[in-house]
Amino acid sequence: MSALATSGTVAASGYNFAYLDEQTKRMIRRAILKAIAIPGYQVPFASREMPMPYGWGTGGVQVTAAILGASDRLKVIDQGADDTTNAVSIRKFFEKTSGVATTTHTAEATIIQTRHRIPEKNLTADQVLVYQVPIPEPLRFLEPRETETRVMHALEDYGLMHVKLYEDIATHGHIATTYAYPVKVEDRYVMDPSPTPKFDNPKMNDCAALQLFGAGREKRIYALPPHTKVVSLDFDDHPFEPTKFDHACALCGATHTYLDEVITDDAGGRMFVCSDTDHCEERRAEGHRGALLGEAPAAIAGAAE
Amino acid sequence: MALARAFTDPVHGAQQTFRAVMNALARPGTLQPVDGLAEAPAPLSPVAGAIAVALADYETPLWLDAPLAAAPNVAAWLAFHTGARIITAPPQAAFALVADPAALPDLAGFALGSDIYPDRSTTLILQVADFAANTATSRLRLTGPGIKGHATLAVAGLPADIAERLAANQALFPRGVDLILAGPSAVAALPRTTRVTLVET
Repeated sequence: MSALATSGTVAASGYNFAYLDEQTKRMIRRAILKAIAIPGYQVPFASREMPMPYGWGTGGVQVTAAILGASDRLKVIDQGADDTTNAVSIRKFFEKTSGVATTTHTAEATIIQTRHRIPEKNLTADQVLVYQVPIPEPLRFLEPRETETRVMHALEDYGLMHVKLYEDIATHGHIATTYAYPVKVEDRYVMDPSPTPKFDNPKMNDCAALQLFGAGREKRIYALPPHTKVVSLDFDDHPFEPTKFDHACALCGATHTYLDEVITDDAGGRMFVCSDTDHCEERRAEGHRGALLGEAPAAIAGAAE
Repeated sequence: MALARAFTDPVHGAQQTFRAVMNALARPGTLQPVDGLAEAPAPLSPVAGAIAVALADYETPLWLDAPLAAAPNVAAWLAFHTGARIITAPPQAAFALVADPAALPDLAGFALGSDIYPDRSTTLILQVADFAANTATSRLRLTGPGIKGHATLAVAGLPADIAERLAANQALFPRGVDLILAGPSAVAALPRTTRVTLVET
């Protein structure tokens, strides 16, 4: 898709600004403030039913609606892309209910709502990153009872998580967890970074932007203030390693980005492209050319102009 | 008794005030500008009044310190604009409004949350005189989440032993109270994670 930036749309009548009623916003705002004061701790909140199903980002949408102001510029990404269903529908939802300006350019956005990626471009102090979270509890698949996981967090009892990572090593020879890779926040709370690829984990540490996490179905909000220490769990003899790729992006030639594998025919053909569409477009506009860019349709290859 | 107004534009006024408080808590030591509510009844300050109206409602019991509790207009204005119950027992307070922070009560007397639910703690809103360096009575050096390296905050109006009190509060982590400092035109915050030391002058 070609980059787009609107300078404010006209909100549909009949909605309160950003859809939620004011009492709901206050309740969510109070949860956000406590989440910021206790980094990595999951604050319960009275999640509302939204006009989209659970699993479509209702937690992130509620957090965004609670912090959004008329002068904000919103970017929404789904697995790094601005043009996939979830991103497009959430962006349109806020255009319709709030009339705020939207953008696909990472650098222009003041609020970025994301499903499972952190943009490649470094975030700034003027930005807020809002994550859509399906399962906020990192211990949930190890201990199904909420009463127990609450106590485990209270006692800082995270031995079970290390056993899980150790079992990865015993079975596979290495830590096989590649997404939703658990992190420890400020040496206290173990936190689920949402199903972002572990490639993105290092970007959470000492990030200049405020990071907010919303889980709608599970009714939890948590946060990482800027410049917070976020460490991926590992062992001395099996240190954490971000995912590395053997390929370069077929469109922009990048070798430092997170790549998606795209099947191109039914004869085993495939290509690897940047998952962050805005970053890839920007690189092509700067003249970077990947191996397959010459064969790409004009709509994509033309972006380099 | 005629009641004064609150936000002219309740939706965006509350959002802008909240966002300033959010940024202040996310970046301890920074000053975030807030348009106060000029009509807040004295001794409630315009900025503290704006924060209370932006964040409090029927779910959040409010505690008032002695000067605020002594002014019936304050309780009536807050009750009308927020719907919050005004309570007298500090451990039940979601928010505590303090007009005279020099006489700040013991922080441990407020709700500190539990180890399992540390979020169930009081947020204190302290009306401070000023953040100007030349009139400051406390110069604080801050480290912790939200701060790159360290930050400094000059405040007029806090008790002399504020650093010891905040250290005791910080030692309770993850339990503890969070402080929002409401100045004449801006807000700063000291969440429970912030480590505070007094800078000798």
